[in-house]
Formats: sequence, structure tokens, C-alpha cells
Amino acid sequence: MGASPRNGARPQTYKMKSKRVRPYALTGGRTRTRHHLLVETLISVPEFDPVLAEALMPESRALYTRACQRMSIAELSATLTLPLGVVRVLISDLAGQNAVFIHPTAYAYQNNPQVLERILDGLKQLPV
Amino acid sequence: MDSSSSLSDTGLLTISAKIVIAGGFGVGKTTLVNSVSEVAPLNTDAWMTEASEGVDDLPPGGGKSTTTVAMDFGRITLHQDLLLYLFGTPGQSRFWFLWDDLSRGALGAVVLVDTNRIDQSFAAVNYFEHDSVLPFIVAVNRFEGQYAHDLDEVRDALALADDVPLIDCDARDRGSSIGVLQAIVTHSLALSRVSAPG
Repeated sequence: MGASPRNGARPQTYKMKSKRVRPYALTGGRTRTRHHLLVETLISVPEFDPVLAEALMPESRALYTRACQRMSIAELSATLTLPLGVVRVLISDLAGQNAVFIHPTAYAYQNNPQVLERILDGLKQLPV
Repeated sequence: MDSSSSLSDTGLLTISAKIVIAGGFGVGKTTLVNSVSEVAPLNTDAWMTEASEGVDDLPPGGGKSTTTVAMDFGRITLHQDLLLYLFGTPGQSRFWFLWDDLSRGALGAVVLVDTNRIDQSFAAVNYFEHDSVLPFIVAVNRFEGQYAHDLDEVRDALALADDVPLIDCDARDRGSSIGVLQAIVTHSLALSRVSAPG
């Protein structure tokens, strides 16, 4: 990945024990994200990189690993018991490194009735 | 889940959509979501971690408020590349801050009503009438086959505007619950066509 760790101390700082830290300590206090992540936004990992995974702090690594099986922000939060806001910041960071892919939501197509029509069509085809 | 699709589904662009299921305590939100969802309910405690900051005093009175607040969650695969999520809004007022987050980007909302406890759903109707831009419908949950009030009476009791669709349902019945979801999508579609330029 891009940032080459020139000083050897960098990986160390990511190895903090995070069992009992306040949730947003994991994000350096950041609560806002560059990416628009709704609770239903799907995340996947295009190509899993074990070296990158090893360099991540535990929470990010857990998210990165879990997202190998395409999963929504809400499900990542629930299955890893991480607050929604923390998941958003960490996933946004991973997306900034091109480590994860952020899928579009129907909201992004709100001016396009075809998506709603496909949803309605899908509901009509569900087995009862 | 068949594991054979594990590689292909990461490569596929998948659109996710969301419908919010609102209504007060005990009106059948959990029943409705579980009747159509293809996944087991999630333990959603983690979603509310933000809520604990500063406002975690014990709520005054009310026996029910000490139970764990689980929020309803469901997922339906509509097409290989199109998933529909259902999010139930928490009834307790101290979690209302979550409504904005859960509703953002939703294609619409369903307010579920039980005519035996109609007051339980006033807050939800208020929210979607005044504090939200989402299209919404109201669904009257008729379990036990009760028809104590007809829909006009319910509309009056809720002071519901004429342009908000009001339907009957049985939240226990999968077909009926799917019908509710179809009704909100149809309503959203109608509104989007009205507002579409040209």
C-alpha cells in the first residue's frame, strides 16, 4: 500500500490494546467520515491482502476480515459489537486505502424509478 | 447459505435499499420483520452505544423500560444484486436520536398500528408527518382477526392526512407482510413519479 512505514515505530502504535478504550479512541476522536455510509451500505473486500490485514489495528482487521463476506454497516456493527459510528470511521479509512469496496445504496439512485420498480418486482416474486 | 457463491458475491456490485418499520411498543414490528426476513434477528445493542453517553440514567417509571432494547432488523434478497433491509425504530423516546440515522436514505417507512393501543403509534406518525421527508404509509395490524375499528375510524383517531395510504395487515402472515412492503414501495414510486420533472 502507499504509505511506506519509514520510521519503525508506526506499526507499534497500531498495536495498542483496545479492550477497554472509549469507543471513539479507536478513531482518534473522529466521528465524521469522508464516505457516505448508511446503515444498509454494503461493504466488500475486492482482494484480501493478508499483509495489510496484519498491519491493521484489531478492530479494523476484524472489519476487513468480516467484510470479505459482503456485509452491511449495520451487520458489521452488530456482529463485531462496535458502535455504528466507529464502524463508519474505520470503514471509511479502509476505503481510503482501497482495501474495501463501498457498494451503492438505492438512495444514490433516488431519481431513478427503475430501482424502485426492481424492488417492487422482487417483492412480487418472493415465495409466500 | 451455500459456500460456492462466496467468491462471486464479493465481485458483484450490489445495491441495498431500506424500509423503516415504525410504531410503538407491542404493535407487531418484530413479528412483521421476522415474518419476511431471511436472516435471524441480530443483537443490535452495539448500535446504541452512542446513546449511553450522558443519557444512561434509569428511565423514570415504566416497567418495560428496563428490558434490553433490541431493534428489529431484517434482510430480503430480492435479486442477486439487490438487497432490501428492514430496520425497526426503537420505541423508547431516549433512542429517538437513532431514528434520523436509521431513516436516512430509506425508500420509505411503515407505521404499524394496533387499534387496541393506538396511542402507541402517535409519536411515529408525528415523526414521519413533520420531522422526516420519507414517504410513509400506515398499516393496521389485525391479529386475532379483530376488526374493532374500521380504517376510517383509525384515520380519524390518528388525524392522518388523506394522502397517506392506510391499509390492513396481519403481521404474522408472511404474504400479508410482503403486501405491506409492496404498498410502501408502490407509494414511494407514485410520489417519485409525481415529483419527477417533465
